[in-house]
Amino acid sequence: MSFPWAEHYTPKHPLMQWIDEKLPLPRLVYNAIGAGYPVPRNLNYFWNFGVLAGLALVIQIVTGVIMAMHYGANTLVAFGTVEQTMRDVNAGWLMRYAHATGASFFFIVVYLHIFRGLYYSSYKAPREMVWLLGLVIFLLMMATAFMGYVLPWGQMSYWGAKVITGLFGAIPVVGEPIQTWLLGGFAPGNASLNRFFSLHFLLPFVIAGVIILHIWALHIPGSSNPTGVEVKGPQDTVPFHPYYTAKDGFGVGIFLILFSIMLFYAPNYLGHPDNYIEANPLSTPAHIVPEWYFWPFYAILRAFTVDFFFVPAKLLGVLAMFASILLLFFLPWLDTSPVRSGNYRPTFRKFFWILVIDVLILGYCGGAPAEEPYVMISQVAAAYYFAHFLIILPLIARFEKPLPLPNSITEAVLNRYNIQGEQDALPGMGSDPQPSNAG
Amino acid sequence: MASVEHTDGEGLSGVEGVRRRDFINIAAVSFAGVGAVAVVLPLIDQMNPSADVLALASTEVDLSAIQPGQAIKTTFRSQPLFVRQLTEKEIAEADKVDPSTLRDPQTLEERTVDGKKQWLVTMGVCTHLGCVPLGAGEGENRGEFGGYFCPCHGSSYDTAARIRKGPAPKNLEVPKYSFTSDTAILVG
Repeated sequence: MSFPWAEHYTPKHPLMQWIDEKLPLPRLVYNAIGAGYPVPRNLNYFWNFGVLAGLALVIQIVTGVIMAMHYGANTLVAFGTVEQTMRDVNAGWLMRYAHATGASFFFIVVYLHIFRGLYYSSYKAPREMVWLLGLVIFLLMMATAFMGYVLPWGQMSYWGAKVITGLFGAIPVVGEPIQTWLLGGFAPGNASLNRFFSLHFLLPFVIAGVIILHIWALHIPGSSNPTGVEVKGPQDTVPFHPYYTAKDGFGVGIFLILFSIMLFYAPNYLGHPDNYIEANPLSTPAHIVPEWYFWPFYAILRAFTVDFFFVPAKLLGVLAMFASILLLFFLPWLDTSPVRSGNYRPTFRKFFWILVIDVLILGYCGGAPAEEPYVMISQVAAAYYFAHFLIILPLIARFEKPLPLPNSITEAVLNRYNIQGEQDALPGMGSDPQPSNAG
Repeated sequence: MASVEHTDGEGLSGVEGVRRRDFINIAAVSFAGVGAVAVVLPLIDQMNPSADVLALASTEVDLSAIQPGQAIKTTFRSQPLFVRQLTEKEIAEADKVDPSTLRDPQTLEERTVDGKKQWLVTMGVCTHLGCVPLGAGEGENRGEFGGYFCPCHGSSYDTAARIRKGPAPKNLEVPKYSFTSDTAILVG
């Protein structure tokens, strides 16, 4: 599970020795996130986002469990209890705003984490399982976030639930029974609210479980690094603690500053005013949009406006939206280039940034009203999204001439600082994502 | 699967072929599997609409107060239901359209009860993404075809609530209903 030169856990205190014999939990922690886990010495700040996502999950669980103490999952009272949490419960406003802002920040760091993986091709062998488990976490997050948004029982909650479960209604034959089954009725109601609350409480702990598998799978080959060159020896690594605990600690500080700014100065900026109106099944808000983190997928959903080959447009949109995520499960086998890091892949790098822009455009269109020119733009952008993974990536892998790779992580680090000789001169703490040298 | 002769002579303790223990293992696991499925079924079925939700699955509507040209909004299965009494002009407009030119071809006759052509009963649920169209309330925008207009994505329905323009694929759904008297209907 680790490199042979990893430091060994040797408890000195008799109590710790006693615990180590009965239940070696401190040993597990030491080997997972302590000095016993050797990490490449050249990780940059893009490697902070896994820890930040874990922190965001902890914030969500703590604030969420507290809010559940003040919430009533019944359509008659749900909206009122959320308002009561905001106005009457001591520090209730803080819990709720932290939970809402925390959801957005969770998605921000997870999206950065995913795009880090895309740029440095972290999904490639031997880390395919890490990538696949990460996508499972992403899907669970989306389900959790969707159900959480229904709980305040505002207008957007209600109509979001209606539109999203309506997606399943697009499936031929079994669609409507599935929709009714999901909602426990013919429209979102008390049964829906109760089950969403139950699952919204459960899923974060399922996510925590999958995160453990994600980290376990990561620790078998060890972390990747910005050069994409595998670790060759002890000179290429530093112990996770204190080097990366310190570096992650710095990232946590920055994260908390930005989080606090949003939480205390603009807590409703990413929300929708309509959700402060209680759910009304007889009146639809003029402009139904999901939360911002679903916009790119919502744009793909709405990009289909005409039927193809007798398949209704609505079903095509639903299929495309699910396919846009499921596609990522095949990524390790679509990108066949043996070189991992985008730093050494000049063509890949250009298309990576085009993909980033494409997803941002999709996001913008998903938040815009469903009218021209946004519909046409999202059609083009959705087509490009699929083309990137299914056509462009395999072609680049075949035709691109990568830059020469450094022989080792240490060589790359030393060249970068123009240092001759051995590695002991460097603390191994990171560099920016664009090394100027090509090895 | 191994055949019978392998167990022949070897007795029950034979090392090859199907032993009695294999049979017991398969039988026990199969039985447990059937049991597991039997347990899972109610776990899944509990998510279907409960009896009290299904009990509200039909709604009676009193039509006596609806004047020609007026519509009311009520609920059927906790979703909006539109009941409209069409004017002569609206009926004529609906009949004027050649059904074969429509996205979801239907005539007004097919969408109403025989001899009660002026009573148009539809779900108030846009067939696109489930928004509530405007047009049933007094003074609401009824779209360019004079029926209903969905503000979400701009679907326009005509006086027979048939889809004429916009992204919705189908006409507004006509639920099952019957007249219990001249001025009352039972929906569902």
